[in-house]
Amino acid sequence: MINLKTPLGDEVLTLKAGERVSLSGMIYTARDEAHLRMMKEGIPFDPKGAVIYHCGPVVKDHTIIAAGPTTSARMNKLSGFLLDAGVRALIGKGGMGDTVREELRGRGVYLAFTGGCAALAASRMTLKGVFFEDLGMPEAVWAIECRDLPLTVAIDSDGGDLFHDVRLQAEKIFDKMF
Amino acid sequence: MPKLTDHEKLRTAVHEATTAALKEAETHLPGDVKAALRAAYAAEDNPVAKSELEAIFENIETAERRNVPICQDTGVPIVYITIPPNVPFTDAITEGVQDGVRQATAEIPLRPNVVSPFTRENTGDNCGMGMPAVHITPGETFTLTVLPKGAGSENVSALKMFLPSEKGEITRFITETMLHAGGKPCPPVILGIGIGSTADGATALAKEALLRPLGEMSRLEQEIYDAVNALGIGPMGLGGKTTCLGVRIREGGCHTACLPVALNVQCWAARRATVEVNYP
Repeated sequence: MINLKTPLGDEVLTLKAGERVSLSGMIYTARDEAHLRMMKEGIPFDPKGAVIYHCGPVVKDHTIIAAGPTTSARMNKLSGFLLDAGVRALIGKGGMGDTVREELRGRGVYLAFTGGCAALAASRMTLKGVFFEDLGMPEAVWAIECRDLPLTVAIDSDGGDLFHDVRLQAEKIFDKMF
Repeated sequence: MPKLTDHEKLRTAVHEATTAALKEAETHLPGDVKAALRAAYAAEDNPVAKSELEAIFENIETAERRNVPICQDTGVPIVYITIPPNVPFTDAITEGVQDGVRQATAEIPLRPNVVSPFTRENTGDNCGMGMPAVHITPGETFTLTVLPKGAGSENVSALKMFLPSEKGEITRFITETMLHAGGKPCPPVILGIGIGSTADGATALAKEALLRPLGEMSRLEQEIYDAVNALGIGPMGLGGKTTCLGVRIREGGCHTACLPVALNVQCWAARRATVEVNYP
């Protein structure tokens, strides 16, 4: 297990698809609506070395109750501006498209967090703030401090893409089967 | 103290049952699903797949211990109710369900997921515009089952209107749908399949099929299970032997010129709970 601490720097460039990492520090949640708002109005936190978490948490009394990842592919066309601004890692589930794989090249990584593991995530998180709260609980940008979030490097900065490899292999198997 | 009317008594009983069922379903995974996940772990030899399943086990334990939702996508509430002959079929039942969903949303808490389809405005309490979906059928006992349904898996669900001569194509259709879904529905998944009925009826059967606990499978269920798992998509789409924990099929009579086949995909967090309604 490789330990990472935010803000991230060039250490992300040495990560390889398939490796397990443990992440600590600040992360910012963002789903579809938050991406659209940030494109229009700007990024409300320092994006240099920042980590974006594709997540719409359950929050009660300023506490994160549940905060697993959402499907990252919905943000396939919405992530380039974040990486251009210095974001070094995207966390989510299900993988991302070819465009994002190229956008990450030489700059950052996509980290997979186990879908549905919201209680586990929340047990390692402290809420620090919120932006765009008018977007509603799932769509707002929540600033969260996390401790030892267990993640898998799914897309690395050299174009290695675990989801893509698995999909290609599955397509071959499907063609042979039918 | 003023006496409750029969309408209020029924509404309150359904309200309490709905809240209790949601509290159970959202925080505790059914035993059959946990057993299937353990069996999957024993069968895996891919280290990434094993670590994904380990995170799932730790998550299930954390949710139970802290009494918090298993997944932050606490779903939209789907409710199945059977009513015995002595219970009047009135809107006290649907009103009671709404009361129960509102209380569960505030107390557990649940994420408010219900929005208007075009404005995307959130109703704030998981109720409104036909939600929660309530399905009522006559039965022997007064029971209420909740099936909170998340969007990641619902979004890859599918319907195909086959020709009656194409029944040999069903396994291919389901397998191809899961190939394109990849890691998006949070595998390992459970596949609910509705075969027959009408276009709308088949999709309802597919969801109802998910109510049957995992266990022994029919020949076609097993065939689909084997084909989907052969793809190697694995837990979360990161590769492995377990893409699917089980297949459940429900059949219905259909038009002689039709063969509707619907697939309702359920993520590993297959949340369901049944309670008896305390009425009269």
